Amino acid sequence: MHVETIFSGFGGQGVLSMGSTLATAAMLEGKHVTYLPAYGVEVRGGTANCTVVVADEEMASPVASEPDFVVAMNQPSFARFQSILQAGGLLCVNSSLVNTESARTDIEVLAIPTSELAEKLGTLRVANMIMLGALIKASNMISYDMMLKNLSEILGQGKSQLIKLNRDALSLGYGYI
Amino acid sequence: MKTVYARPKLLKEAHFHYCPGCGHGIINRLLMEVIEEMGLQGEAVCVAPAGCGMLLYNYFEIDVIESAHGRGSAVATGIKRVRPDTLVFSYQGDGDLAAIGTAEGFHAANRGENITVIFVNNGVYGMTGGQMAPTTLLDQVTTTTPAGRDSVLAGHPVRICEVFSMLDGTSYLERVAVNKPAAVIKTKKAITKAFRRQLDGCGFSLVEILAPCPTNWKMGPHEACVWIDEVMSKQFPLGVVKEVPCT
Amino acid sequence: MKRLMSGNAALAEAAILSGCTAYFGYPITPQNELTEYMAKRMADAGGVFIQSESEIAAINMVLGAAATGARAMTSSSGPGISLKQEGISYLAADELPAVIVNMVRGGPGMGNISASQSDYLQATQGGGHGDYRTIVLAPGSVQELTEVVPLAFDLADKYRSPVIILGDGMLGQMMEPVDFDNLRRPPDYEKDYVLTGAKGRPARMIRSLIFDTKLQEEHNWKLFRKFQQMEQNEVRYETYLTDDAEMIVIAYGIGARIVRGAIKRLRQENLKVGLLRPITLWPFPAKALKEMAKTVNDFFVFEMSAGQMVQDVRLALEGKGHIHFYGRPGGVIPMPVELSRIISRHYYQEHFGGKRKKR
Repeated sequence: MHVETIFSGFGGQGVLSMGSTLATAAMLEGKHVTYLPAYGVEVRGGTANCTVVVADEEMASPVASEPDFVVAMNQPSFARFQSILQAGGLLCVNSSLVNTESARTDIEVLAIPTSELAEKLGTLRVANMIMLGALIKASNMISYDMMLKNLSEILGQGKSQLIKLNRDALSLGYGYI
Repeated sequence: MKTVYARPKLLKEAHFHYCPGCGHGIINRLLMEVIEEMGLQGEAVCVAPAGCGMLLYNYFEIDVIESAHGRGSAVATGIKRVRPDTLVFSYQGDGDLAAIGTAEGFHAANRGENITVIFVNNGVYGMTGGQMAPTTLLDQVTTTTPAGRDSVLAGHPVRICEVFSMLDGTSYLERVAVNKPAAVIKTKKAITKAFRRQLDGCGFSLVEILAPCPTNWKMGPHEACVWIDEVMSKQFPLGVVKEVPCT
Repeated sequence: MKRLMSGNAALAEAAILSGCTAYFGYPITPQNELTEYMAKRMADAGGVFIQSESEIAAINMVLGAAATGARAMTSSSGPGISLKQEGISYLAADELPAVIVNMVRGGPGMGNISASQSDYLQATQGGGHGDYRTIVLAPGSVQELTEVVPLAFDLADKYRSPVIILGDGMLGQMMEPVDFDNLRRPPDYEKDYVLTGAKGRPARMIRSLIFDTKLQEEHNWKLFRKFQQMEQNEVRYETYLTDDAEMIVIAYGIGARIVRGAIKRLRQENLKVGLLRPITLWPFPAKALKEMAKTVNDFFVFEMSAGQMVQDVRLALEGKGHIHFYGRPGGVIPMPVELSRIISRHYYQEHFGGKRKKR
């Protein structure tokens, strides 16, 4: 298997940590993985996106020509990345901020109202993890159960107090579709 | 209906790329307001830095030139010497002027170059992600002082106005801030005065502006403005540091 | 044990594990994570970390640290590396060991913060003044970075000369699983030239100013003999599917990685393309390339620049074979599929033009 995903949004939406979380989970499962962030010069407010490639063999390039999955957390990212998605690919859209239809007729679109769902957990900050949960369910590119098992290692030191919150967010997204 | 306030015509119709709560936006606007009010669009040349202020030419409807990191004062010198009738100002951050550009800034000041340096001091390196600046306060946490700035390892915050005041070539140095309306008004006055003095041939002027950087201070915009009053301006006192009568 | 790390962080960690005890650097994108990692890690490791006031200051701090025997390193990109050239010339002239890391970005001038390969000539032909050379190592993956770093410190100490690691913005920012299990700390070398205070020994001096032209010439030939040894002993490269290849692509670093992806596609269509990947850009694997020219006459050079390594390819081949160049400067990172189409178009042109040597 060789799966390319682009996560996109604006700086501050946790786009890069969606990607690094997925990458770490894949690595712990023994897969080959690359994670490549891209961002504008400014730290906040600019666009942020990252490419994660998960594969069974070493991959030649961390760049995705035609990704299998695109996650668009805001309108400009949606506009920008929907066109490079592979035919037959899946576009995961944050429907809380994206309200237009895709112009393409050859892709699947999954709309997740992450802000509304995040309110159930009391903070907007986990919107990204909700989306990630949904992506994992839809793509099956890594084992969801293994990810939950490894969650504390994935989140890293000093984040232990956030494990429950992140676990809830992931399962909220996973269970939504 | 009477217009009481409008976007300066010299500020291009472009979205600022600055973070929410950043001081650059206010300072950019003030500069264009002053140049417009003084009718100096035909004379003004700005030297842009490396750093968050580097994209000035996308916002300023005046002649702008990029400079290599820290070299703005030297580039400004080159322009002003060849064309003394222009209004030349460099726009430099705390890395640009107080770190890598110290030699160029010091010597432009020492030669008494008839230019104005707009020195934006937000105590941190913004564009590159929050590293220490020469003006970072002691104990302040940055990405290269993760345990807080320790003077033994990383020196003390630099007061540029005071240091430059000891050079006989400098003629007007004032420190202001843009963290609240009254301060913004004072900043506009200082910029106007500096430009007026340059046109009158008074010599080297520098306006140091304490500006918030909420993103890298890890504060909300309001908290950052308060911090300038309560903490930063204790290290960098506001006011005129030097003003030599113009002959 | 594998960890997911960016190239910048892995580079810094590998340096510490290789015995680097002094790091001096100035922030510049795309290598800031290296400086920031060192800020924390050096403190833990008990070494010296300074965020200097400029890149010029940093390279001179490296010179000072090396002069007293430390394994010293600095890192930067584009404009900052240009600033360091004088210091590198001094390091070579003074015969001091040092490691300089360049995570290449788009240029020239302010350029941009994307990855490119536009500093090849600066690194290999010497951006500083005078007759000197620096070994230039070009890793192609985050894991390879961890192999190249101890090698760099070892070669620097072995030859008493500055060594450049030429990465790029993508390598620095991308994260891959990496492990340091096989990293061997280079041995400590006898350093009878370092300045520590002349207690119980004659005084030493470190300088490169030699007024007497005959003596300066002597010094230059001495350095030259060192560089000759490097050329004889330190060439490193890798080949991929070259045994039956009728076209050889030459690329390095991130460029080589993209080419590998392209070649995988091309081989599925039975195009006989192989890759020569220099790992030392200086000394360049000229002999290996010349050897290939005995059976292959179609060479395709790919660089993320307007054409720099292609000069060394021309020099190495000494007129043999045809050389085709494809470059993308400015920080553009082409996709493997784009490259595979360009290579295959060229492959068929050569084939139908009857120019290619068959094997």
